[in-house]
Amino acid sequence: MKEKLAQIKAEAIKQIENSRTLEQLNEVRVSQLGKKGALTEILKGMKDVAPEDRPKVGQLVNETRAEIEKVLEDSRKKMEELVREAKMQKETIDVTLPAKKAKVGHVHPNFNVLDEVERIFIGMGYEVVEGPEVERDYYNFEALNIPADHPAKDEQDTFYINGDLLLRTQTSSTQVHEMETGKMPIRMIAPGRVFRADEVDATHSPSFHQVEGLVIDKHITFADLKGTLAEFAKELFGEDTKVKFRPHHFPFTEPSAEMDVTCFKCGGSGCRFCKGEGWIEILGCGMVHPHVLEMSHIDPEEYTGFAFGVGLERITLLKYEIDDMRLLYENDIRFLKQF
Amino acid sequence: MNAALEWIKAYVPDLECTDQEFMDKMTLSGTKCEGYERMDKNLEKIVIGQITKIEKHPDADKLIICQVNIGTEEIQIVTGAPNVKVGDKVPVVLDGGKVAGGHDGGPLPEDGITIKAGKLRGVPSNGMMCSIEELGSDRDMYPEAPEYGIYIFPEDAEVGADAVAALGLHNTKFEFEVTSNRVDCYSVIGIAREAAATFDKPFVLPDVTVKENDEKVEDYISVEVQDQDLCPRYCARVCTNIKIGPSPEWMQRRLASSGIRPINNLVDITNYVMEEYGQPMHAYDLSTVSGKKIVVKRAKDGDQFVTLDGQTRNLDHDVLMICDAEKEIGIAGIMGGDNSKITDEVTTVLFEAATFNGPNIRKSAKRIGLRSDASGKFEKGLDPRNAEDAINRACQLIQELGCGDVVSGMVDVKAPLKELVRLPFMPEKYNNLLGTDVSREEMLEIFKKIEVAYDEKTNELICPSFRQDLLGQADIAEEVARFYGYDKIPMTLPSGEATTGKLPYKLRIEEKAREIAVFSGFSQGMCYSFESPKVFDKLLLPEDDELRKAIKIANPLGEDFSIMRTTSLNGMLTSLATNYNRRNKDVKLFEMANVYIAKELPLTELPDERMQMTLGMYGDGDFFTMKGVVEEFFDAVGMTRKKEYDPKAGKPFLHPGRQANIVYDGVVLGYLGEVHPLVLENYNIGTRAYVAVLDMPAIVPFTTFDRKYEGIAKFPAVGRDLSMVVPHDVLVGQIESVLAQRGGKILEHYELFDIYEGEQVKKGYKSVAYSLSFRAKDRTLEEADINAALKKILNGLEQLGIELRQ
Repeated sequence: MKEKLAQIKAEAIKQIENSRTLEQLNEVRVSQLGKKGALTEILKGMKDVAPEDRPKVGQLVNETRAEIEKVLEDSRKKMEELVREAKMQKETIDVTLPAKKAKVGHVHPNFNVLDEVERIFIGMGYEVVEGPEVERDYYNFEALNIPADHPAKDEQDTFYINGDLLLRTQTSSTQVHEMETGKMPIRMIAPGRVFRADEVDATHSPSFHQVEGLVIDKHITFADLKGTLAEFAKELFGEDTKVKFRPHHFPFTEPSAEMDVTCFKCGGSGCRFCKGEGWIEILGCGMVHPHVLEMSHIDPEEYTGFAFGVGLERITLLKYEIDDMRLLYENDIRFLKQF
Repeated sequence: MNAALEWIKAYVPDLECTDQEFMDKMTLSGTKCEGYERMDKNLEKIVIGQITKIEKHPDADKLIICQVNIGTEEIQIVTGAPNVKVGDKVPVVLDGGKVAGGHDGGPLPEDGITIKAGKLRGVPSNGMMCSIEELGSDRDMYPEAPEYGIYIFPEDAEVGADAVAALGLHNTKFEFEVTSNRVDCYSVIGIAREAAATFDKPFVLPDVTVKENDEKVEDYISVEVQDQDLCPRYCARVCTNIKIGPSPEWMQRRLASSGIRPINNLVDITNYVMEEYGQPMHAYDLSTVSGKKIVVKRAKDGDQFVTLDGQTRNLDHDVLMICDAEKEIGIAGIMGGDNSKITDEVTTVLFEAATFNGPNIRKSAKRIGLRSDASGKFEKGLDPRNAEDAINRACQLIQELGCGDVVSGMVDVKAPLKELVRLPFMPEKYNNLLGTDVSREEMLEIFKKIEVAYDEKTNELICPSFRQDLLGQADIAEEVARFYGYDKIPMTLPSGEATTGKLPYKLRIEEKAREIAVFSGFSQGMCYSFESPKVFDKLLLPEDDELRKAIKIANPLGEDFSIMRTTSLNGMLTSLATNYNRRNKDVKLFEMANVYIAKELPLTELPDERMQMTLGMYGDGDFFTMKGVVEEFFDAVGMTRKKEYDPKAGKPFLHPGRQANIVYDGVVLGYLGEVHPLVLENYNIGTRAYVAVLDMPAIVPFTTFDRKYEGIAKFPAVGRDLSMVVPHDVLVGQIESVLAQRGGKILEHYELFDIYEGEQVKKGYKSVAYSLSFRAKDRTLEEADINAALKKILNGLEQLGIELRQ
């Protein structure tokens, strides 16, 4: 009996080893272990075995069955692995084929910069406010300490609708609206479109964007102005950016300054981009002129403040090294896709 | 404002610094220096040589061989210059030296031209004699230089000396950007005063004393100012025995360094004083002035006048004129008259130094169309006290330079001079404003440097008359800041009450719209706010269309920029056309910007500025692509109710069968559609294009960022497909309305999956198929629930003439 079982086992293992596919393996299982298999046959012949030998034979048969099953199972696992590997091998792709992109659009570079500026100042506790683009003379000029005879009011700079209404030449007009609300303290930025009568060329446009900033509170100092704008410059142009303040003149601020930042290309050592100077002029700023506060009914003895104005296009052109301002208004998709 | 360092140093003799230091420190103290140019750039190893012998070149007709004494030795130079002779003293560049340019006076090479010893046609030449052009200048600035040939020094020039120094070229021209409040700095003296304060060196004004003869000016001239509001001061002096000739070399050199061409002593003196003091002067030939009288008065409307450049100018009542007893002889502050101009025959000169109303001069110059150096200075509003100093300086120079004699006295007609501004000295206030801790003593030191006096008795600061910009305490604080140093002021952040950073709700909605557009493949563009009135025709708008009621700009840059846009379409179509013409494929653009709607015309109140979200597209996509973006946006801002589309939008610029108003909650929020073929033609777009315009102010009230979680369904959904035969004219939107209204709460979702019109469908009908999905939140639906809902739906569809497909 033992020999017979060993024979069956040897035959089964031989068949298993000869199997090349999972199907063949399955056939082996059926033929060896199935209802008509050799082992089943032995069990069927149990009635011919002496009763006292039956448990032993049964155990032997079961052992043999278990052994065959184990070999079968190991073989199946191995074969499955081979099949899986072969399948995956076949499925290898060329990973350098082009990506399937969602074809998203692109934000205009000017608004990229604006979003960045807004993010920085909102983080510092500033509110973004808007003002009208068609504005009254008073808000654009008079309330900003630009009297009737000031050259800045000349027609050659300002687009007029009529004697009183004009296209604002600066977002500073929004300062006045904000101050007139009477709510203190003020920390605001006012981005928006402004207009000046400049012919279109590589560096001029009759309409462009500014971001005005205004802070009014008790005890605001020129040092605060410097500190705030230095932070802004670092956020916008990088941690290593240094700032330089030069005296300047604006009718609505006193003292006034222009701010330069270290050239973001050479870091200040001087290159062609900054014309060898190492510095690039970025914005105008100053302490709000007492007349301006007074005209908006804020007591300059109690409150002081600072204001600044950034030309958005200027920063956009510098930051992205765009050499012609007209590109910003052409909307050529090949240009826009680069941002 | 240009000024050369040599001239500035005339008033700050102790000034010692490099050009770069000068530029940097002046800029930091408020006199912004835009750049500088060394006048001796690329001039190296150039000495004064004297020609001792000239021989003909044996092999070249046009060349000569010169022996030149350069002080230390005699060298041989071969030249082709035609104008030299033995004894001439000339600039000689030695072997290895450099000159600035070629003799043709063309553009100067960046690194100059190096001169080396060599042979010319076989004869050794050990240097080069130079023309004025080779020295980097020209005959305008050195009128004594020959038209063609070598520059010849005067006989007293020292052989072997530095030729560049002899020509006054060891000097640096600085270009300053003077701000409009600092009128005093449009003068060399003004710049020098700032330089002295900046470098903390003594400032020395010219010593002006006039040697007068014993005649009286009143015997020569009287002055009457009729319009004193336009002429606060008029100073007149007279010089006799005028001898016209060249001005001295030092004056010519200084004028040249400021870019002013020397002419003759009289002209040069007036120009010199204008540069030095910033006060324009005018000189009249007194023999042309009738009645020994000057009258300053307004012109009459329609008057004409010939200025000294020979041009006829049209005048009006607001133009101030200088007249004599009979006639007009000059336009005040702008230009003198042809009838009184100085000629070489002049013997007696009337000098005028006046101050005029700045804005009036500016406006007059603009109307007349003549902006002169003088008007450019007058329009800034000059200090009346300066006029007197300047005219005296001119007379002093006339006398000292032997140009003529000065008649005693000055005719001076003036309004009372403004009193000097006095301000209480408040050091604490300045420190509080600046965030500094500058001591009182330090401040007083600063004031001393800039000639702001301190009256100890009253504790007041007294501002000098030339500083017309010092009017209040903030101005004084700025002076402290400038000379204490902007760079030394600390950097702090504002203290006080914390505030919340905010983006207003409206801008958050706009931001979301931009985001959705970008995610949907649209790129952001930017268009002008103004355009041409012709765009309305291009857009096929009827004559009476509301959009034609545009705000006109009174002084536009041209017709193309003459009205404020009432629709954003032209900008979008123009952008699409630009892309189409450049053969860019599949273009999707959007813009977020205002249109300007007048409440009434002509405009009296501010117009309605309406933010428009404008989408435009051609290539990959269609009407429904646009619709998709609109709905994605609405969903993103919480507008989840049914969006409706009314095909009767009535937009003449859109395809009549492919346009719709976008309706939400019964309100029109915008429109979309395919661009009308004729409009496409007008914009030269050769393919179908689509636009959508959303009126943001109408949309904002419907938006919300609030969301409520509704729970994820636990019970299974049951699907049903509806295949319908639909009369051709029934819109899918109508079917959907029936589904939405009649499906009840259990109709969770419906989706169009097929629409077909053709052979298998009977004529006048189309086949439409929807898949419906039913689900209840609280139970598994039974067949009966679904059948009941379906029955209701089918009843509704029947009313539209729709049959179920068998």
